This record gives sequence, structure tokens and C-alpha cells, in this order.
Amino acid sequence: MSGFVSPVCALIFAPLLVGIINRTKAVVAGRRGPPLVQPYWDVAKYLQRGVVYGEVTSWLFRLGPVVNLASLAAALLIVPFGGLGAPLNFSGDLIVLAGLLALGRFATVLAALDTGSSFEGMGASREVHFAALAEPTLFLALATLARVTGSFSLTPIYQGFTATVWVHALPAVVLVAMTLLILELVENNRIPVDDPTTHLELTMIHEVMVLDHSGPELAFIHYAAALRLWILGSLLVGLVVPFRSGSFWLEGTAMLLGMAVLAVAIGAIESTMARYQLIRVPQFILGAATLSAVAFIIILV
Amino acid sequence: MKHFATTRNAVPMPAEAIPLISIESFRREVLSTIGDGRRLLLLAGISQDGGGTRLLAALADDSNGEIGLCSTVVGTSYPALTPDCPAAHYFEREIYEQWRLRPEGHPWLKPVRFPPGGAPIGEIDFFKVSGSEIHEVAVGPVHAGVIEPGHFRFNCHGERVIHLEISLGYQHRGIERSLRGGPHKRSMYVAETIAGDTTAGHATAYCQVLEALSATECSPRSHALRAVALELERIANHIGDLGALAGDVGFLPSGAYCARLRGDALNMTAELCGSRLGRGWLRPGGVACDAGNEMLGQMKRNIVQTEHDMRNAVDLLWESSSVRARFENVGVLTKGMAADLGVVGPAARASGIDRDSRRDLPAGLYVDRRPAIAVGDEGDVFARALQRWREIENSVAFLTQVLDDAGSGDVISPLGPLAPNTIALAVVEGWRGEIVHLAITDASGRFLQYKIVDPSFRNWYALAIAMRDQAISDFPLCNKSFNLSYSGHDL
Repeated sequence: MSGFVSPVCALIFAPLLVGIINRTKAVVAGRRGPPLVQPYWDVAKYLQRGVVYGEVTSWLFRLGPVVNLASLAAALLIVPFGGLGAPLNFSGDLIVLAGLLALGRFATVLAALDTGSSFEGMGASREVHFAALAEPTLFLALATLARVTGSFSLTPIYQGFTATVWVHALPAVVLVAMTLLILELVENNRIPVDDPTTHLELTMIHEVMVLDHSGPELAFIHYAAALRLWILGSLLVGLVVPFRSGSFWLEGTAMLLGMAVLAVAIGAIESTMARYQLIRVPQFILGAATLSAVAFIIILV
Repeated sequence: MKHFATTRNAVPMPAEAIPLISIESFRREVLSTIGDGRRLLLLAGISQDGGGTRLLAALADDSNGEIGLCSTVVGTSYPALTPDCPAAHYFEREIYEQWRLRPEGHPWLKPVRFPPGGAPIGEIDFFKVSGSEIHEVAVGPVHAGVIEPGHFRFNCHGERVIHLEISLGYQHRGIERSLRGGPHKRSMYVAETIAGDTTAGHATAYCQVLEALSATECSPRSHALRAVALELERIANHIGDLGALAGDVGFLPSGAYCARLRGDALNMTAELCGSRLGRGWLRPGGVACDAGNEMLGQMKRNIVQTEHDMRNAVDLLWESSSVRARFENVGVLTKGMAADLGVVGPAARASGIDRDSRRDLPAGLYVDRRPAIAVGDEGDVFARALQRWREIENSVAFLTQVLDDAGSGDVISPLGPLAPNTIALAVVEGWRGEIVHLAITDASGRFLQYKIVDPSFRNWYALAIAMRDQAISDFPLCNKSFNLSYSGHDL
């Protein structure tokens, strides 16, 4: 039963992360900001709306948001929540995780290309460009963790990070955590990579790909975006919080607090940095890859 | 400037004093006089009587503060000036559109707006670029933000912009035509809304034209209050744009604070006249309402405090390396290009062109007192942003002097009838750049012709040039650094 704590937590609390980020940004900018639960209201609102389809779109366009949400929901089944294991674990599930993340993105990109809009085409091209760099980086980070704990499955890897292992492998942990933080920003199109609040089509990456979606499909996209934020966030927080007491409540609370702190941190990063120029983003991702590569080498020697 | 009748800013001249020469000598004189501190201020068709159209050229001689006028009459076509004087490029397209006159040899002849009876709106030729991996991106005329309509056509190779073509005219309201036969009761209100964010600028120009034509003397106090209106408008728009620039690169702190500080500057205008945008403040003959010296003293303390807040918000921009990385070396407009295209205002000064009509062609208060003029050099987005800030600093320093000693006299003088068959030109340095209004009266002292040149009209093409070889994702940033007006261009 306890295996289902992590996906249930994700399904319930993921939109709250977005709410906390937005609130943090508002407070730093001197505004009051939207309620923390605004992302839930947004999803509920879109679910009740009708859908508009472009005349040139096909079934690919309709399939995009559904496959995206389904693949991220499926990924929840193999992502542990710190020491709390996932419902499913098997050797090599970390590759399945990367595959599911990629599948969701692939579906979104196809739907964007299906609209035939030049904006969406540009957004898709940028998204795929950056994803092609981010994915091997994620593999490098996970490979380092696999090497530390000697397991090739996410749940045992994260359960294996007891305080002693953590202290022993501290340099690698710090480097991998930095990589995961950067990946969290890249994969979720946050500043400094993308600006989720901009209205300028020409500068957007992710947002421009979903401009044509409406109604429940837009709700799926928003909810899936929150899940993606949650999944990569829990990989990071699970690593940074080496709290393996075995107590279900203590561990769960520590992880939830950790996720909230992460959301505040993302909000703080977004409040203090400008976006990179698009051509600088690959350097940023490659920087993250380098950190993980160094961590991997440290573990090997 | 021989062959030219010379006058000064806001000084009337009898219409028959303008020399009328053949098109060959007109072309030769205009082209040979431009350069060496003299530049094209305006080129327009002014009347059509019987056989042809009269073309009028106004040249500014910045070093002597003079304006030279010269004219010619042409039939259905004439040799274009543009190939030898790129600054005439837009003017000749406008002449082609308004007078059906074909400038032969114009490199890219098409209308600039879509007036009734012309081409259907939006249907127009665009540059074509072909080759593998070339794609076109069309943006607008309906945009995602709450901004005016305009169409942008990018020819791209991947993320790189090969050329940007800007097609405007969606806001054409027939302003020049509606002013003809005036001044009417509503003309003042029309003038205030030529470009909504430049109310004080265009209202000043309109008032100066009327005062010149009616030989009305304004009191020193009304001149001072007009300068206050103009400088407050400059401060409000510049700080607002700095915030918008920060917002475009996702830098929230400056974005949020500058937006609020723009409100502070607008509120000061509201306290003085009742309207945040300065509507109803400036009137021919002076200003509609006075503000007591006590209020001006309070205003001075407010403006100093606001400048302090602005400095805090803006310093964040200059100190943040991530912001500088976005602003520097993006959208460069070289000095040579800016000079060739006849770019005006902060955009020109940021490219190193030392030109400001408050100093070079002064009128009103600026004849005696003027702010320091800042000049940049790099011509990139950073230079334009920094230019905005330095102009805010100079305007605040100037305002504190003016508010200390705003002069005396009745704030409004009665306006007499307009002189018949007279021409008057007013040049005002609005926040966006040089505004030119030109009026010619008929035998009964009504406007035969009223010509408006908003700074946007001269700067839009510079934005297209600045975007060449830039990343398409940097366009919004580049665009905001110029922040040109659609309605001011479309009239």
C-alpha cells in the first residue's frame, strides 16, 4: 500500500508547486499574487470549457495532450518519493522513465507540428533541440546515482541513499543535485531557459507549442506540466533530503517540505535572473552534463 | 542653403516665399545640401492644382538652428531621391500613396498605409527570400499582447533573421485629412491623440503651429508648464519602457518596479492637469490650467524622490550580468546607418548621433533653458536602454530647475485669426524623437494642408535594419528598445 503514496502525493500536490512558484515571484516583485491553489482552479476551469480545433489539424493534434498526460502519469508509477518507494520497480526502470518523459514531449511536438503554424514549428524545433541535450544529461546523472548505490532501479537507488552512503558520496551527490536542478529548469521551461509567463510568441519555447490547444486538452497540458515539474523535482529533493527513518509519516512530511522549498527556490531563481539568449541555452545544459560527468568520474575512481 | 527660403522653428513665413524650382534643380539642390549637418526634415506633396503636384522639402540645419524650404511641381512621375538619400525612402512612398505620383527609381515602392480607395488592407508585396531551409514567419496584425496592430514578416534561415519587413497602416484614421479646413473645435483633441503616449509632444507641436500662424505670444509661465508636460511624458515613457525591456528578458524585479514608477510619473501629470496622459492640458495660446508655485515646489520634491526610486530599480538592470548578456550586442544600429535613414530621437542618440531638437531647433522654453543632451555610441539594445535612463536623469535635473522658477504671466493668451497664405513648421523633441508639424493656410486663414511626421514614421525602418542577422527570438526585445508608435505612423 505504501507504494502508492508517491503517485497519490504527486497527483494531489503537483499543481501546488506551480502555485508556490507563482506566489514567490509575485512577492519578490512586490505584488500579492494569485492564490496558491490558482493552478487547480485553472485546470478545473479549462475542464469545463469547450474545445476549438484548427481546420488543418488532424487526430495527431488531439492525441498530443492525451499521450503527454498519460506518459507522465505512467512515469509516476516508477518514480520514488525519497525513501518512499514507487508502486513499480524493476531493473532498468530509470531508462523507462527517460523514455516516458521523451514520449510525452514527442506527442506534444507532433501536435505542435500538426497545426502547421510557423510559431509552433519554431517552438517545436527549439524544444527538441534542448531535449536532445537534456536527455543524455539526465542519463549521466542517474547513472552516477546507480553507480553509488549499485542498483539499476529508481526505488532501490533512492532507498539506498541512507545518511552514511550520502556522506560517503557527498561530492558526487552535490554535483548530481546541481545537474538535476538545472534539468528541472530546462525540462519545465522555467527561467533562465524559457519564460512561462511571456506573451511574446517569437521568444517562447514550450508555451508556443501549446497555443492552439483549448478546453480540457489545455487542462491536460497544464496538469501534465505540473506532473513533469513534480517528477524531476522529486528526483532532486529525494537526493538532497537523505532522510531514511523508515517512518512513513516523517519521510513523507520531509519530502513534501523539501518540494515546497524547491518551489520557492525556483521562484527565487526566476525572480533574480533574466532569460538566456536562446543560443546560450545549449551551453547551460552542457554545463549540467559536465557536472554529472565529473560526478561520475569521482564515483569511478 | 541658397535656393532655399530659410525660417526657424515655429516662425511663420508667407507661402509664396518658398522657392519654386524645376524638378531637376530641386533634386540637385536637396541632395547637395543634405549632409554636413543638414538633413531632411520632411518631404511631402502639399497641393494639387491643375497640372501637377507641388512637392515640398524641408531641410534642417542643426548647427544654425535654421529650416530651409524649397519646392517643385511635378506631373505624374519624377526621378526618386531615395537612391541617393535613403532618408527620403518612407516620404516618397507616402507621396506615391497620397498623390499617385511615381518616384521613378525608388527601390521598393509600395504604399505605407491603406487609405480608402487604395490597395485592400494588408494585401501588399513582401520581399521574397528563397533557398533551402528558408522559412517565413508572419506575426500580426493581431498580437498576443495588448498592443496596436501591425504586421511583421520575417524571412528566416533557422533562427536567424535575414530580413524583416514591417507592414503597417491598420490604424489609419485620416488625421491629416480631418485637420484640413481647420482649425475646427475638435482639432486640438485630434492633435492630442495622434499618438496616445505622446500627447504632450503632439499637442505642443500643434499649439506652436497655431501660435506661429496667429502671431500669438505665450507667457514664460505657459512655456515652462509646457516643458514640464513634455519632460514628465518623457520620464514616464522611458521608465515604462525600461521596465518592459526587463520584462521581455524575464527579469521580474525591474519589470515590476518600473511599471509602478511609470504610474508615479503619470500621476504627477494628473495632479497638474487632471489627466494622467496630459489630455486637455496644453491649449493654443498657452496651457488650460495653472499650478500654483506651492504645488510646483511639492512636485519638485516628488520628482526627486521618484528619481531615487527609479535609480534603484534601474541599477538592478545594469548590475545583473544576465540582463547585460541579453542587451549587449543585440540589434545594433550603426551610426552611419542611423544617419542615412534619418533616424531621430533616443534611437539616433544611442547610435552616436548628437542631435536633439530641444537644442538644435529650439522653441518655447527651450530657447532659453534646456536639459543636458546625452549621447551614446554603441547603438545596441543596451545603448538604447542606457540612453533612456540618461535622458530621465537629464530631464529630472532640468525639471527641478524649471519647477523652482516657472516664470510668470497669464497661462493662456487669446489666439487671433490665422494669417492667410502662410506656412509654419513646428519641431518638438517628443520622448520618442523629433515631431514635425507643418501647416499651410489658404486665403481665408484655414488649413489648406496639415502635415504630421511622427518620429515613428522615420524610425520603423531602422528597426527592420537593426534586426538583420539577429536571432528571431530577440525581436521583441529589439522592438521594445525602439518602442515605436503604430498610430503615430498610420495617422
